[in-house]
Amino acid sequence: MIEGTAWKFGDNVDTDVIIPGQYLILPADEAAEHVMAGIRPGFADEVSEGDVIVGGTNFGTGSSRESAPKAIKAAGIEAVVAESFARIFFRNCINVGLAPVECPRASEIEEGQTVRVDVDNGRVEVVDTGEVYEAVPLPEEIADILEAGGLVPTLKERFSS
Amino acid sequence: MGKTLSEKIIARAAGRESVVPDEIVTVEVDVAMIHDSGGPRRYWDTMREMDVGVWDPSKLVVIADHYVPAKDVAAAEILQLTREFVEFYDIPRFHEAEGIAHTVMIEKGYVRPGMLYVGGDSHSLTGGAVGSFTVGMGSTDMLGVVTTGETWLRVPHTIRVVLDGALPRGVAAKDLILTMIGDHTMAGGLYKSLEFHGSGIAAMGIEERSVLSNMCAEIGAKAGIVPADDVTRAYFAERGIDVEPPYPASDPDASFSETWTYRGQEIEPVVARPHRHDDVVPVSSETGTSIDRAYIGACTGAKYEDLAMAAEVLRGRTVAQGVLLQVAPASRAALQKAMETGVAAVLMEAGAHILPTGCGACPGIGTGILGPGEVCISTTSRNAKGRMGSPDSEVYLASPYGVAAAAVAGRIVDPRDLLQEVAA
Ligand code: SF4
Repeated sequence: MIEGTAWKFGDNVDTDVIIPGQYLILPADEAAEHVMAGIRPGFADEVSEGDVIVGGTNFGTGSSRESAPKAIKAAGIEAVVAESFARIFFRNCINVGLAPVECPRASEIEEGQTVRVDVDNGRVEVVDTGEVYEAVPLPEEIADILEAGGLVPTLKERFSS
Repeated sequence: MGKTLSEKIIARAAGRESVVPDEIVTVEVDVAMIHDSGGPRRYWDTMREMDVGVWDPSKLVVIADHYVPAKDVAAAEILQLTREFVEFYDIPRFHEAEGIAHTVMIEKGYVRPGMLYVGGDSHSLTGGAVGSFTVGMGSTDMLGVVTTGETWLRVPHTIRVVLDGALPRGVAAKDLILTMIGDHTMAGGLYKSLEFHGSGIAAMGIEERSVLSNMCAEIGAKAGIVPADDVTRAYFAERGIDVEPPYPASDPDASFSETWTYRGQEIEPVVARPHRHDDVVPVSSETGTSIDRAYIGACTGAKYEDLAMAAEVLRGRTVAQGVLLQVAPASRAALQKAMETGVAAVLMEAGAHILPTGCGACPGIGTGILGPGEVCISTTSRNAKGRMGSPDSEVYLASPYGVAAAAVAGRIVDPRDLLQEVAA
């Protein structure tokens, strides 16, 4: 179970604003200091471990750069809850071990609320109000990859057995 | 219930009788492509650490296109590493500086009707132009594909797109796909497969079809597919490759989640305004906007047919004072054909600056990029802030006709006006 503060973003958040091109050269932990620099500079300083990003539709659109979910994860965010995701971003999240939670009513969640995210069962609960939002549960095959910490650990296990 | 072409290809690759939309299946890929930017440099270390090689070197294509020609030492090192990877795993199909991956995959016949093709680039969808189910993925996903030959897919719903009647003179596939993106937004085809039909599509060559499949990425789609037909067969026959009917196709009673219908005659020249490719307006609304740069490049907009469209407008004309027209052919084959047919001479005489074949300025990492304040009209596929260089530059997306016309006028104009003058 993931529990943390909700940070709200809008529709069509582009990977170019999640991690602008100029920081692509940095290793993930340093790039994390610039996460969301293109849309909310200073964001990395505000978030705490376990917090949750809440987005609108088509979150993570644009370039297929994996540094975007990597930087989000390295900044301490454990889940991105959004109405819908750009498909490559969704896959990249799974592959780097960041939970993408598809929640059709995500826009009703307010900035600063404490949310509890149950990735396996597809539930997002706003702790402050008790309101529960349905999310699309991850299919087992995909949940397994996420649980292992991403695709690299999954492959490592496959090749070592 | 009948099946769509996408469902059939996925089912075959999954070793299943049939599949239904939304289910997750594991597929074996028929061919995979990786390039210099998203390829070996991202995961070769991990492969060594896992002590695992390429699952089947004969099914992998490696293309160096993003960093050619190397503009600095860092780029040269990326190219070196790519070559070392190819040599180490003995990969026969490697092309450096021969063209942009998505164009080369089709030109060489590496992607064919009915194949399941996975590419490590968001515009891999281009392969759908020849009736393949093609998806693009990020680099860790490609690490999985390169080492196992498998990946998981969520079976997409299919949207049927119908183009009734051919496009009028001076209007290109680029105008159609931009119009679609404008109508449905950049998320309008999210997770979907778009399947193209109608007499207007039947009348298009493979290169124009590949503009449609390429830019399905810009509508959020998982795949864009133009079922193979006699045009596809003729295209491959020219390359000594046999493609015989019956061509893989959707069943007559297949279930499509939506149908989008367009009339060829009603499509007009459009531009997408900075900095959103779904901010699409008729060229008439932007007429008069002055430009500094006209760029004809990318897998989207610099194949032979694109160069020929530009030449139609540029014949006997010259680029306006103060405008730089750059042409980066999508492949060596495209440039060679343009030289044979005289198209290249027309571009040169008009004053075009010919850049090496490759991704060039399109992703903002090659040569010919934009400085602050520069306004560019481009045949490429994306115009997000900073895409082609400085975050303070502006990019309008248009067809090769539209870009050539703007180069001549020094401002955005309706290319049909110039084509009419030619005819008169
Ligand atoms: S030309 Fe542009 S769109 Fe095409 S592969 Fe290269 S960077 Fe991507």
